[in-house]
Amino acid sequence: MTTHHTKEKQLIRAYGDRRDDGIIQLSFTLPVTASEKAKEAAKLYCQKLGLTDVKVAAVERAAEHYTFFVVYGRSGVVLDYAEIDTPEIIIKKKSFDELNAFIEEEISRRVVVFGACTGTDTHTVGIDAILNMKGFSGDYGLERYPWFEAYNLGSQVPNAELIRRAKEKNADAILVSQVVTQRDVHKDNSRAFIDEAKRQGVYGKVTLLLGGPRVDHKLALELGFDAGFGPGTKPSDVANFVVHQVLQRLGKEQKGAHYEGEPT
Amino acid sequence: MSGLFISDEQIAHARALARDITDPIFDLIAKHTTVSVERTVLRWFGVDGVGNMGAPLVNLMVDRLKAAGVLNKGAAYWYGRALRMGASSPLDAVERLTAAPLEALQPLSPDDEAKLRQEVRVEARAMAQELKDRVARRTALRHEFPPGQPPHKYVIVATGNIFDDVDQARAAAQAGADVIAVIRSTAQSLLDYVPHGATTEGYGGTYATQENFRIMREALDDESRKLKRYIQLTNYSSGLCMSEIAFSAAWEHLDMLLNDAMYGILFRDINMRRTFIDQYFSRRICALAGIIINTGEDNYITTADAYDAAHTVIASQFINETFAKRAGLEDWQLGLGHSYEIDPHRPDTLLLELSQAMLVRRCFPNAPLKYMPPTKHKETDIFFSHAYDVMADLVAVWTRQGIQLLGMMTEAMHTPLLADRYVALKSASYLHRAARGIDEEFTVREDGKIANRARLVFGKAIELLEECRRDGMVAAISRGRFGDVKREETGGKGLDGVIEKAPDYFNPFLDLMEGRP
Repeated sequence: MTTHHTKEKQLIRAYGDRRDDGIIQLSFTLPVTASEKAKEAAKLYCQKLGLTDVKVAAVERAAEHYTFFVVYGRSGVVLDYAEIDTPEIIIKKKSFDELNAFIEEEISRRVVVFGACTGTDTHTVGIDAILNMKGFSGDYGLERYPWFEAYNLGSQVPNAELIRRAKEKNADAILVSQVVTQRDVHKDNSRAFIDEAKRQGVYGKVTLLLGGPRVDHKLALELGFDAGFGPGTKPSDVANFVVHQVLQRLGKEQKGAHYEGEPT
Repeated sequence: MSGLFISDEQIAHARALARDITDPIFDLIAKHTTVSVERTVLRWFGVDGVGNMGAPLVNLMVDRLKAAGVLNKGAAYWYGRALRMGASSPLDAVERLTAAPLEALQPLSPDDEAKLRQEVRVEARAMAQELKDRVARRTALRHEFPPGQPPHKYVIVATGNIFDDVDQARAAAQAGADVIAVIRSTAQSLLDYVPHGATTEGYGGTYATQENFRIMREALDDESRKLKRYIQLTNYSSGLCMSEIAFSAAWEHLDMLLNDAMYGILFRDINMRRTFIDQYFSRRICALAGIIINTGEDNYITTADAYDAAHTVIASQFINETFAKRAGLEDWQLGLGHSYEIDPHRPDTLLLELSQAMLVRRCFPNAPLKYMPPTKHKETDIFFSHAYDVMADLVAVWTRQGIQLLGMMTEAMHTPLLADRYVALKSASYLHRAARGIDEEFTVREDGKIANRARLVFGKAIELLEECRRDGMVAAISRGRFGDVKREETGGKGLDGVIEKAPDYFNPFLDLMEGRP
């Protein structure tokens, strides 16, 4: 598949109710007591952000010494949309039945997937949504696919153990879920996971996926994963992606065949 | 009463089933103790502080007793032996015991043994009285400045730094919060010790330590006086140190604790026996200290589907209630958990949520109940998320929930910003003000969707309770009946900390709390 990079500029501004009016809304808190002076401070603050026509819509006493503001203003910022390059996973998705039939035909064995919340993270809601039978938002989890063999190890699993257990079963993919993001603990742990994957020799051989509410594809690639899945990801997104990765590793599908804008 | 739906006889039958189910577990509890229970006993005698490697003294002492194979007589007994060796303070007692060749120590003469126990009993009685006095001062403050009207608005702080938590808690109280929860640092439940002192570093929350409890309660006492409205504080008595946390919280007169008979087993993979024994002792302490417990059934429907697994919440609530009652807790202390978690893309979800909340209210008319907001199906569109939370506010006031955790519009994004709490509190106050008493204005039809759904869910709950009675709790848990999580009786963490009591096991605090002189 080829992508056309037009050099023609595509200038955009924020859209309120008219093209290029530049209207944005924002809300924030200042650590001051609610007053006329506080309102003026909020206005000044927004002017320093570069906004014009600043309207401080709400001045709320959030606590004794904290004031919460809702503000509208115009921003003069202009972007050339044509210049933006974001790696995005574009999958020609197959339905549940189609995908199972496809695996049976093309791979002829069950696709093995391991997943866990690793490190200190105890929040399994994401990994459960992807792997457990039930799935998420009416989309079945990987356990439900007859042609997937899915193992959900739960929370607080050490990186080394997840990788070791995945190796024992010759896993095709390992899913790491990271929900807690305070002080970027998810990034530190994800880097540690990649280091461990290199140490145990699975890096580059097994598809490594990162998921979580503060994860996107770009971040996952930067951290050394094969892909990242953020909020709203459905199990079928992951299932389709993994199947194509397996096919690529088997040499049955051209690398990048189903993706656009993947960094080279 | 929010709808009748089911008969009193059916509810009584559910309670009888729950009693039968928990009977064999009480045999297990009576015959065993745990390292955590014994550490709690030592804490109560005043053994505080840490050794030179940073390990709490109670851990050093209990580990020593366990290694010597003598912990089955009870830490209180050995504390008494140390006093008899001439220990001048709890710290001195620890030093003497860790240095003594415990394996070689022979029993004292029957006369001296009796005297030792009598001496320790007297000290235990004094320490129990001191705890009650501390709690009485809390009760007096509550009377002087009564809390707001229920549903009590419950919000969390989770900065990781107790001093930042204090600022956020004060701000939340000023914005109308009735209950402040300090979220624990992630994974604390798996530590087999309680960290010591004030802490400023945590992940996803702040370590539960006795000093952190003291700092936060002192700030909220001050804020309660300023606002002339008592602000409650809650933390988490769960994990491997369930009873030690319960003790520290009681001593610092916290008002509530998350405390569930099964949560640790299911969601933290803590051993079943360990959990059952620890929960009993921790609940005895809560009963003594007038602490409201919050149970964790809401978690079942974040892992399992809230529509399909609604009956597991009801069944578990009856089991949790039985465990609690048998540990001396009263109805007003039972914040049984449930939540607004049905997938909002389904039709009729407001009716379904009302049905479930009314059913819980119907089964437990005198318990405060703890109502949780939506989390599983939260979207990062904060405007939708806020509207979604507001519906839970309506259901909470409609069904007279005593404690309501407020949803945050930034759920699933980050720990709440100060403004997130403010917005949630403002709209919850509005809904509570606008709709209080609505249940007395509208009668729910007995042949409608709400009532039929409640009957269906209750019927399935009875079936599950019957299965638990027939095959045992252990079997039911191993089949994944609760929260879709499967656990084995000898699996999980902490089983090596369970010890069979010797015939002369001694625990004067347990004797006192169980009403033995």
